[in-house]
Amino acid sequence: MRAALCIDFGSTYTKVVVVDMETGSLVAASTAPTTVDEGISVGLEEAWAGVVPDLPAGLRSVGMTGIPVRLACSSAAGGLRMVACGLVPSLTVEAARRAALGAGARVVRSYGYELTEDEVGEIDDIAPDLVLLCGGTDGGNKTVLLHNASMLARGRVKAPVVVAGNKVVRQEAAAILRASGRPVYVSDNVMPSIDTLNVEPARQAIREAFMERIVKAKGLDRAERLVGGVVMPTPAAVLAAARLLAEGEGVAGSESGGDARQGGSDEGLGDLAVIDVGGATTDVHSMSWGRPTTVGAVVKGLPEPYAKRTVEGDLGVRVSAPSLLAAVGGRGLGELLGDASRRDIEVEAEILEFTRNTARLPLTRRERDLDVAMACAAVGIAMTRHVGTLEETYGPMGKVYVQRGKDLGSVGWLIGTGGPIVRAVDPARLLRHACDAAAATWDVLAGGSSAQGSREGVARLRPKSPVLAVDSLYVLSAAGLLSLVDPACALKLARASLSRVG
Amino acid sequence: MIGVIGSDVHAVGNKLMELAFKEAGFNVVNVGVMASQEEFVEAAVESDAKVIVVSSLYGHGELDCQGLREKCDEAGLSDLLLYVGGNIVVGRQNWEEVRQRFRAMGFDRVYPPGSSPEDAIRDILADASARWPDLDLPDGRPGPSGRQMA
Repeated sequence: MRAALCIDFGSTYTKVVVVDMETGSLVAASTAPTTVDEGISVGLEEAWAGVVPDLPAGLRSVGMTGIPVRLACSSAAGGLRMVACGLVPSLTVEAARRAALGAGARVVRSYGYELTEDEVGEIDDIAPDLVLLCGGTDGGNKTVLLHNASMLARGRVKAPVVVAGNKVVRQEAAAILRASGRPVYVSDNVMPSIDTLNVEPARQAIREAFMERIVKAKGLDRAERLVGGVVMPTPAAVLAAARLLAEGEGVAGSESGGDARQGGSDEGLGDLAVIDVGGATTDVHSMSWGRPTTVGAVVKGLPEPYAKRTVEGDLGVRVSAPSLLAAVGGRGLGELLGDASRRDIEVEAEILEFTRNTARLPLTRRERDLDVAMACAAVGIAMTRHVGTLEETYGPMGKVYVQRGKDLGSVGWLIGTGGPIVRAVDPARLLRHACDAAAATWDVLAGGSSAQGSREGVARLRPKSPVLAVDSLYVLSAAGLLSLVDPACALKLARASLSRVG
Repeated sequence: MIGVIGSDVHAVGNKLMELAFKEAGFNVVNVGVMASQEEFVEAAVESDAKVIVVSSLYGHGELDCQGLREKCDEAGLSDLLLYVGGNIVVGRQNWEEVRQRFRAMGFDRVYPPGSSPEDAIRDILADASARWPDLDLPDGRPGPSGRQMA
């Protein structure tokens, strides 16, 4: 059997998946806690040991290195931590953030306009894995890219830089940074003109930098002998799988594209969203241009990418349980638990106690219920923050609808992944919290990054009635990795894992 | 840079303006309808625009335009040309008084109803070559038909 080994070095768990490349079927899977301090190979070997008994005889004896196709992704050791710089906050800074998020990174901070010495000091303190430097449309503002390159060059921490700003001064900016001893990657402008977002080239450059430098810097390369290569941050793998499911194998495997057919083909499912609930973060990936479903709506603001990823660092069911509690409140969780009798403070205390051990799996019925309630909140709030808004305003000519961001109302599929969803007894109930039907619950609690909050007359453009499905084999990140070498096999694996629940 | 300011959604005129300026050889950035002052300024900063042509057709332009020149100054764009045109005031008023009010707000040129894009194009070329003699300018031949602006 031609087999592939896909590894996900998660922040909490290392997952190993073996796939039969002829049929695209899952042969074996196993999980072990991720071991960053003792060296990442320890957890990997343990996970591999868990997989061996399920392998066919021919494979059992060859060991990991005997499997021809070996691919890994990682969010271990803090994941890919980035700083994004641009000119105007609502324009190139936002474009840079989107490029970074779509590459699977955590954007620790972003900066606009000309960097000050204080800000360069902050960047040194943050010690990012990578800096993304943008600013100016092509042929537009020249000063900020050059100024910021000079400022960054004076910093202490010599993180690699991706330069993706005004093409007229890009090479000069790159030269300034190279002269300071930093590795530099140059890519096309993330915002070549005012109304155009072009994040894919920058995402490619970020991935290249990740593979060439950051993997080594985090000690992940020690597993390279076993693994063959850590090729992308885990969220990028899930994003790739989501794109593959949406578009089918035709465009899959390429990081560019975006020429997606809205209704899907025989192989592609069409517009969809994937929601990934974890211990530390909840990610939402939407594959859709998000065009208005409201007739006559005026679309304002920076266009959003077809493949959009948001990551909510405060919404998770273990490490981030305290901040999840802060976002939803003890009362909100109590309601989700159907627990009108308990006081908020008791529910909060119970959850904090339960989630202290970040690797703990639920054992009792009550613990499973706690996990479900937290996951419902994570799903509801994360989707609320991801989707666009529709605001009614009144102009002299009557009522006008203004849409900002994506309208996901007519998305065809909503797919859940991540331990809390994959293990849930009633995943449909969880996933419904991401849909329009739950608007009343989550519009008020959204908070977070949106300035619109819960104002009257502002609606969130959540999916209305998608098919609900779960990544039942928990293989989306593996499928995303596989799509790099064999999109057809990857698509079979991903589709086989999808289990319709509503 | 062109756009329709405030809560005004007159989109067709905006598209005609874009076409006319493009045909004249300019590099046009169009912030579209319902554009706030911030949208004009931010887009001008990113794209290093030299001229902002503000359109207003619904009669409330004067209020919408107040403070635009100051925002440009704040954003480091004090060198740029600001034009405005359309139905920029409510009701019939003495045109010369209207023009003076907009000039006082910081606009370099003010166009009455019935002006055509060609008037603005001609003036941009004249003003730009005076202010930035080294700038590479198009020859500004007018578009296929002489369109009248509302």
